[in-house]
Amino acid sequence: MKTDVVIIGAGAVGCAIARELSKYHVKVTVVDKNEDVGGDASKSNSAIIHTGYDASPGTLESQLVVAANPMYDEIVKDLDVPFKRIGAILPAFTDEQFEQLPAIKEKAFKNHVYDVEYKSGAELLEMEPNLNPEVKGGLYIPRESIIDPFILVQAMAENAAANGAEFLLGAKVTDIKTENGKIKSVVTEKGEIETQYVINSAGLYCDEIAAMVGKADYKVVARKGQFYILDKNTSCQVNHIVLPIPTKITKGKLMCPTIHGNMLVGPTAEDQESKVDKSTTAEGLLSIEKDVRNLIPNVNLRDTITQYCGLRPNRNPEGLNFNMYDDLAGYINLSGVRSTGLTLSVAMGKYVVQQMLMHGAGFVLKDNFIKERKGIVKFSEQPLDVQDALIRENPLYGNVICRCETITEAEIMQAIHRPLGAKSVDAVKRRVRAGMGRCQGGFCGPKVIEILARELGCAPEEINKHNPGSYMVTGRSRD
Amino acid sequence: MYTMEYDVVVIGGGPAGLAAAVSAKEEGADKVLIIERDNALGGILQQCIHPGFGLTRFKEELTGPEYYSRFTKKVAELGVDVLLNAMVLEVNDEAKQVLCTNSEYGMVCVQAKSIVLSMGCRERTRANIVVPGTRPAGLYTAGSAQRLVNRQNIMVGKKVVILGSGDIGMIMARRMTLEGAEVVMVVELMDYLAGLTRNRVQCLDDFGIPLKLAHTITKIEGNERVTGVYVAPVDENKKPILEKEEYVPCDTVLFSVGLIPENELSKKAEIAISPVTNGPVVNQQMQTSKAGIFACGNVVHVNDLVDNVSAESETAGRFAARFAMGNLPSVVKEITCQTGRNVRYVCPQKISLSAENETVNLYFRVLTPEFGATLVAKCGDKELTRKKEIKVNPGEMCHLTVDTKDITGDLTVEVLKED
Amino acid sequence: MKKEIICTICPKGCTVTVEGDAGAISSISGFGCKRGQDYATAEFTSPVRILTTTVKIADKDGDLLPVRSSSPLPKDKIMECMEVIKKATAGLPVCQYDVIVENICGTGVDIVATKTMK
Repeated sequence: MKTDVVIIGAGAVGCAIARELSKYHVKVTVVDKNEDVGGDASKSNSAIIHTGYDASPGTLESQLVVAANPMYDEIVKDLDVPFKRIGAILPAFTDEQFEQLPAIKEKAFKNHVYDVEYKSGAELLEMEPNLNPEVKGGLYIPRESIIDPFILVQAMAENAAANGAEFLLGAKVTDIKTENGKIKSVVTEKGEIETQYVINSAGLYCDEIAAMVGKADYKVVARKGQFYILDKNTSCQVNHIVLPIPTKITKGKLMCPTIHGNMLVGPTAEDQESKVDKSTTAEGLLSIEKDVRNLIPNVNLRDTITQYCGLRPNRNPEGLNFNMYDDLAGYINLSGVRSTGLTLSVAMGKYVVQQMLMHGAGFVLKDNFIKERKGIVKFSEQPLDVQDALIRENPLYGNVICRCETITEAEIMQAIHRPLGAKSVDAVKRRVRAGMGRCQGGFCGPKVIEILARELGCAPEEINKHNPGSYMVTGRSRD
Repeated sequence: MYTMEYDVVVIGGGPAGLAAAVSAKEEGADKVLIIERDNALGGILQQCIHPGFGLTRFKEELTGPEYYSRFTKKVAELGVDVLLNAMVLEVNDEAKQVLCTNSEYGMVCVQAKSIVLSMGCRERTRANIVVPGTRPAGLYTAGSAQRLVNRQNIMVGKKVVILGSGDIGMIMARRMTLEGAEVVMVVELMDYLAGLTRNRVQCLDDFGIPLKLAHTITKIEGNERVTGVYVAPVDENKKPILEKEEYVPCDTVLFSVGLIPENELSKKAEIAISPVTNGPVVNQQMQTSKAGIFACGNVVHVNDLVDNVSAESETAGRFAARFAMGNLPSVVKEITCQTGRNVRYVCPQKISLSAENETVNLYFRVLTPEFGATLVAKCGDKELTRKKEIKVNPGEMCHLTVDTKDITGDLTVEVLKED
Repeated sequence: MKKEIICTICPKGCTVTVEGDAGAISSISGFGCKRGQDYATAEFTSPVRILTTTVKIADKDGDLLPVRSSSPLPKDKIMECMEVIKKATAGLPVCQYDVIVENICGTGVDIVATKTMK
């Protein structure tokens, strides 16, 4: 295999870079160890598009997050990604917290986030009736937003693919070969790829990739974040992203709606050695309950429909880093892409490509770049007449597979058959939400296995939940 | 949009819907329709291939398919219409319209005179009860596994731990064993069995499957497929005693941790829901808080015996037909059924008194198991009926019968300890 | 030999205590009704179970025919019967109570369909 640029990691950052590069006449190959695009950290986070009001002023992270936020208005339109600017509030409940507000606002100002406003306790309670009534006042950050993080990454990947980028999935990188101070090739489990450039956007594993070229002057520290998702009809809801005032130790736990109308509560922040241990813990979940009650006293965690855990790829020494090397031409290293990674991905895409151009990459713009990508038409969100027309056009729209989210067979078929289509149960879930509802796939799971096996032409035992080894079932009971 | 008109529309073609539709037709309703999302009638009984159904009603031990086929035969004979592969998206209580999808007709609007809700229930999940750990493949609710094994010819795993001693869990323990899997243990949080004793004997004891009462799963392990679980005994507050935790290797965990009436349609139609049963509040005619909307079966409250579901659903169907025909008896007074000692809930929650005498079945569940109990229904100091039971158990529904003519005011059901 | 048998005739689950040996019962107590007494007696001397399972439908992978033993089988023959049933197939159409396996394992009991399938 031969290409111009290999991007390692098909998470938000990798896919954003791929999309940006696909605007040029350049051959791009994205490789990932996982069987689906979406990365690790990019698919288990708080699904918030930040403004950067609380970043460290002057850092690359601050610049990229602040630059990225306004880009979303256009990108979600072009790529058909569910997104909503619901705003965040930062309520203070104690005098001590109240006294911190000016400093937080000043920091926002230094980050060029100028639209942060003071709100009185009464105003905040009107905006958020379920807020702890002890509230003394707080800040309102209007451009903090929520997004479907799965669709964002899929959309960037699909659009990059539509513009010629190639994706080599289920292909773990085992080595990077260099020659005379230049990148030569990337060795994967699915073969060796000759290339001029390598972009390391491997997130949690970026230190291991960097070590392959002797550039690991840092370590990735996985920071575990546990979350609760609550039922759409839980009794106590919020309309905004409700953030706690950060303490010296932690940014704390928040509560916000998801783009699909559930409530999200969390996360914890626990540093750990393991990059694979994504287990929730009794203590972690209990700490969420305890902390979030300070914000929203009546939150009903009994209405939980799932709990999950994500690992943020923090870095030691800390901080988001972009590196190119004089002694290793063609190698670009991204590290410390942590909780703001989803937000800043779209700006990072542009940043990386511009850096490459400024360092002599003579990429030529295409005149036929396809800017737009259409998502799968969601039956449940259509008006009655459109639903009727959809079924008449494609009867599979009349076959509801996932009851909780009203997802039809037609949507699942599209999830499987579109470019970079779903091959696993979780991949279907992340594309069309079958199994994301209150029964968590109890009803639709058996049907999704059957549809996947039928459409992919394989036996049910070959269907995985996500990666190889995560087989859903063990075979036929009667041969 | 395709439209249809019916007298009685029944949502759901499981045991409740089938019995309601049959009795509505027998009561004299002209046009009765069952709307079913599956491609066949029978509901959950299609996958309940085991015996144990019909002992009360038919004095025979039938399997699920045999039980429901007695009703589907009647549905066919009586000329009840059936719309299969149709998912109801909305019930409009004012207009008495039911909106559903169907691959053949597109969106379908069914105009009814009365509506029976019989959507059944769904299973509580691992996430609902918050079991910590990873999220690998191999975690199933017992009912999903039952569907895969019994209807789709798919085995879910080889070495199984079951959490919850509900009937479905125990029945799946036997089923998986018969199919060649190893069931390592059944773990139950409470210090008593959740399901029927008969199932413990025939599904666990027969195959030497250990039952761990007062234990729980504290953690699930495995990144791709389940590799094992930690099991620990619990103290009197149901808190795991972590020092006694043990690791149990397995590739599958089945959860049989309770059922929840599926009332998303009812809630959307703003029908009053009981916080105890999680089902619509009903009167003895199984009419909900919305006139002309009836409900029956597991959508109202979770039953342990399908025989009871059939009886209750026949009541719903009969009165739905009378409502459609405009001859529901006019209500003189409405009383409530209250819970007394050791009673968790009573269904119906209300009784509408009219000039007509009706025999009312009071179904109720106890809070804690008790030996030597007397079940009593009374109005104030006036006792209406009493019944002795050798044993009462939260897993087994209790039952009393009263006549409306004897009711003088709000009714209380209680379980008295024998002297 | 003394055995505690939980009666499964009705959901009540009375515990019946039976004493005796293979041939004769010397004492029996704890039953709630005549049916319970009969059950415990039979369970002590020759326990039987209804077997329910599925049979593969010829040439169809994803569909199964639910079946049962036409009457209870000796408990100790259940696994042996399963091995025979696992190898059996049924051709469509099938009517409820059609015999799928006749006289299974020489027990005199048939395995019959519990469902009509076309």
